[in-house]
Amino acid sequence: MLFCVGLYGVLRKRNIIKMIVGLGIMEYAMNLFFVLLGYRFHGRAPIDAKYQDILNMVDPLPQALVLTSIVIGLAVTALIISIAIRIYEKYGTFDITKIKKLKG
Amino acid sequence: MKAINIIPLFVIIPLAAAFLTSLVGRLIRRSSEVIIFITSLALLGSSLYARVLLNSVPGKILVYKIGGWMPPFGICMVMDGLSSFMLVTVNLIAFFVAVYSLSYMNQYTDKPKFFTLFSLMVCGMNGVIITGDLFNLYVFLEIASIASYALVAFGTEAEELEASFKYAIMGSVASAFIFIGIAFLYSFTSTLNMADMARILAYKQNAWVIPFVGVLFLMGFGLKSALVPFHAWLPDAHPSAPASISAMLSGVLIKTLGVYALIRVFFNIIGSTHGYLTVLMFLGVISMLVAVVLALSQWDLKRLLAYHSISQIGYVVLGIGLGTPLGVLGGLFHLFNHSVFKSLLFLNSGSVDYAAGTRDLKETGGLGKLMPVTAKTNLVASMAIAGIPPFNGFFSKAIIIIACLQKGFTGYAICAVIGSILTLASFMKVQKFVFLGEIKDKLKNIKEVPFAMLFSVVCLAIICVLGGLMLLPSLRFFLDDAVSVVLKGTSYAGVVLEAASRQ
Amino acid sequence: MRQIEAFEGTHEIASGASRPRNDIYMIDNPKTGMTLIVKTITRLTVGLIMLFGIYIILHGHLSPGGGFAGGVIVALSFVHLMLAFGKDVAAARISKNMASNLESIGAMMFLFVALLGFLGGSFFLNVLNKGNPFNLFSAGTILLSNISIGIKVGVGLFAIFLALVILEKSSKKEL
Repeated sequence: MLFCVGLYGVLRKRNIIKMIVGLGIMEYAMNLFFVLLGYRFHGRAPIDAKYQDILNMVDPLPQALVLTSIVIGLAVTALIISIAIRIYEKYGTFDITKIKKLKG
Repeated sequence: MKAINIIPLFVIIPLAAAFLTSLVGRLIRRSSEVIIFITSLALLGSSLYARVLLNSVPGKILVYKIGGWMPPFGICMVMDGLSSFMLVTVNLIAFFVAVYSLSYMNQYTDKPKFFTLFSLMVCGMNGVIITGDLFNLYVFLEIASIASYALVAFGTEAEELEASFKYAIMGSVASAFIFIGIAFLYSFTSTLNMADMARILAYKQNAWVIPFVGVLFLMGFGLKSALVPFHAWLPDAHPSAPASISAMLSGVLIKTLGVYALIRVFFNIIGSTHGYLTVLMFLGVISMLVAVVLALSQWDLKRLLAYHSISQIGYVVLGIGLGTPLGVLGGLFHLFNHSVFKSLLFLNSGSVDYAAGTRDLKETGGLGKLMPVTAKTNLVASMAIAGIPPFNGFFSKAIIIIACLQKGFTGYAICAVIGSILTLASFMKVQKFVFLGEIKDKLKNIKEVPFAMLFSVVCLAIICVLGGLMLLPSLRFFLDDAVSVVLKGTSYAGVVLEAASRQ
Repeated sequence: MRQIEAFEGTHEIASGASRPRNDIYMIDNPKTGMTLIVKTITRLTVGLIMLFGIYIILHGHLSPGGGFAGGVIVALSFVHLMLAFGKDVAAARISKNMASNLESIGAMMFLFVALLGFLGGSFFLNVLNKGNPFNLFSAGTILLSNISIGIKVGVGLFAIFLALVILEKSSKKEL
């Protein structure tokens, strides 16, 4: 559901900043979905503390993967925002329908 | 040091070079150039050595376990026929483009940063090729994609920024689709190792998840490899980038991230069924025709070349979608050939840009007398891409067309021939407008380009001419191993696991 | 035991910040940065934030966190400094060139730790000794990896922030 909201934002909105926010929403949705995949009924947090036994933990593998994915998402977002700032300097507008120097 | 330890070097060497360049490049003059030259030469040497090494291993497969953890617990790196084939392609082109960039990048500021990003991109691509784990594939895919977004925007002109922005957004959407596909597959099979997943998927057939994931991956990887419904970023991104980056992007990046990953996922993990192959062939044929028609009306040299990239990738996908041994052979051979001659064409356009300062076909003319080497190599590349014997393009296209006829798809074969003729037409136009004819006044005193650029261009042209020799029986192992890996399908899993437990 | 360490660390950093210096005029200048309340609180909390970040990095193998999360918190301490006092104070502490160099050094350290695994026979192997579980120095090379990633992420995020802020200033001057 969140994913579709994000996708709508990326495809239809005209303002560049709204596009970037849409992309961010989409990434949050993906990461949440992936973490939730590892749920076990009545599980507890997957941390190996001293006085608890190993059984009945929530699946820890998606959590490690999602950490990686969040880092990647951060890097992409930082890059896109800096490109967007430079675009604003050159074109003077954020409206994507006016940024059309390349044609064909 | 055993010989198998060469496998992680493909990722370590460019990574180390990238960070070393960013640290040292600003302090010591010209050190970044030396580092990148040594790096790409080392990579090329290692990939050729690995390819020869693979012949002496029984079963033709090498598995390297990271950290000593056995799969499926740990990440493993797999070198088989297909991986080593792609590795040689990627590192060969990377070496020549690096040598070319040594003098081409003199017109841009900040060379160390360029070489840092370039090494990171090569590291990402190598990682995509040799990994045996699905999430690791995603991580390396993202490394290469992010490096390429930054590289497309390198000159920070207005056009480049807009193109890079479009490319970055579309690439991120593609990666999102791929990530969701991986999430679904993980929830369905509870493992991430490719071989293990193939084995488990062979048991659990008939679920709604598998075609759904197939469609998701097709959208994601199709966007990355610029098949026709998803090609909109390519004609903007390629012309705006510096010429060496266009060569890398169009020559290897599309193929590695798009086509190679598609082959791995569809043939080795999910298992190719009739439905997927039909869709692949259909998309391939549409890409061929639509792109070639659109290319005929372009006046910007690099945009024309970008459209041709889309159409040639269509050929490759058509060949692979056929599924017969001859078809897959043709498809993979065309992949290699296209890397070589498309890079050559883009590097030539870069030379024209460097010398004459313009990319518009209406403004150039008659450069053939002033830049003889560029003109001749451009002629070689044009004939190769159009499929004229005895250049390598002819052999690969002929194999694809014959395979189509063999399987009974005469309609597709006719489309392939038409595409070939139209390609020839547009390249004759390029040749006429750029190199023949009268010289305009303001271009009267341009010279030939510097030696480093000439070296790469001439070497690539020589490979174009000799490429047809790869079909000789003694050198045929290069392609045959790759083909056999693709055709083995999901039984690839058994081979990998057995090799892992042996070493 | 940990609380005593934390308190001593804070005391040292807070007293260091209030020593007279060349840039005290910049720090106390009411024209740059935010109001006086924010500046006073920042002086006290910046050290705490960095200490917290270092704690998370070092205990990455025992409790949640690790290199990346701790690195983000360390970067936050510098960003906090920049937000409260204006760009120049933070830039005086870590300039853009130094940030870029430090980041590369962090990455090379990580690669070096990974290559140490080669001594044991495989890539990324845990070669240092693993003490008893749940002590600070258990689990071999994970500790060193966490530290190097923490340095890289912290400095890298701060460099991104610095680059964006400098860009904005220069564009405002042009318009």
